[in-house]
Amino acid sequence: MKLQELVALLEAEVVTPDAELDMEVPCAFASDMISDILMCTKEPTLLLTGITNPQVIRLSDMIDLVGVVFVRGKQPSQEIIDMAIERKLLLVKTKMTLYRSSGLLYNAGLRSCKI
Amino acid sequence: MAEYWHIVPEFDSRLQEFRNSNPEADVVLEFEIAEKDFVNSGKGSAEVKNLLKRLGVDPDTLRRIAVASYEAEINVTAHSKGGKMVSSIYDEMIHIAFRDKGPGIGDIDQAMVPGFSTADDLVREMGFGAGLGLPNIKKNSDIMHIVSERGSSTLLEIFIFYS
Repeated sequence: MKLQELVALLEAEVVTPDAELDMEVPCAFASDMISDILMCTKEPTLLLTGITNPQVIRLSDMIDLVGVVFVRGKQPSQEIIDMAIERKLLLVKTKMTLYRSSGLLYNAGLRSCKI
Repeated sequence: MAEYWHIVPEFDSRLQEFRNSNPEADVVLEFEIAEKDFVNSGKGSAEVKNLLKRLGVDPDTLRRIAVASYEAEINVTAHSKGGKMVSSIYDEMIHIAFRDKGPGIGDIDQAMVPGFSTADDLVREMGFGAGLGLPNIKKNSDIMHIVSERGSSTLLEIFIFYS
């Protein structure tokens, strides 16, 4: 799925500058627990989460994340945005819930990452 | 004192070999880990991963090392009064030791059960406390060793061989 389609489906806003809207999002995973995320990602993955602390960005130092979608209207702090820019990590935010966001993306053909 | 070993069978002999030859590490990296410092926790693991990447360790092994090390680093941050992480890098493997200042693990077998957690509200708000830390370390390590005593310190060691 292209980032552009994802942004439209989730009525989302891209937070990080210079995002390429025709970028391909390969697969996704959704969780609010960091250990779950670490256990479940074995390939480049888009993460959907409601956690907005710097450890979410730190995760991308350990595993291969293509970007993070913050759900439930969570606003990432400037510190998080700066950390993401430094790592060339895409950040997106949506007002939708984790369940609704995941359902919409899954229905539109964005597959689950391999676990 | 309680002790826990997890050894993937094929690595049992390699551990013996390693102990007998007692080789000197090519590189040793040390990081202090402060209690409840969720801003800096994870930096040590990221730095170890970056160094191993430069040394040409394959991506799958890198991910296993990074995940196991990060979980352990977070454990020291979340559950202890602080401690130290010492990563010793050898030709064929990495050994990472986490020593904290207590308060120790009451029941290691219970702590190994997926979903069991003693995390407080602060830790849970940060997205931790799933009760998967130690199981995740076990899953990603070739050898895992814990020595702990209630009211005292904990030592957690991880051995991962490069494939």
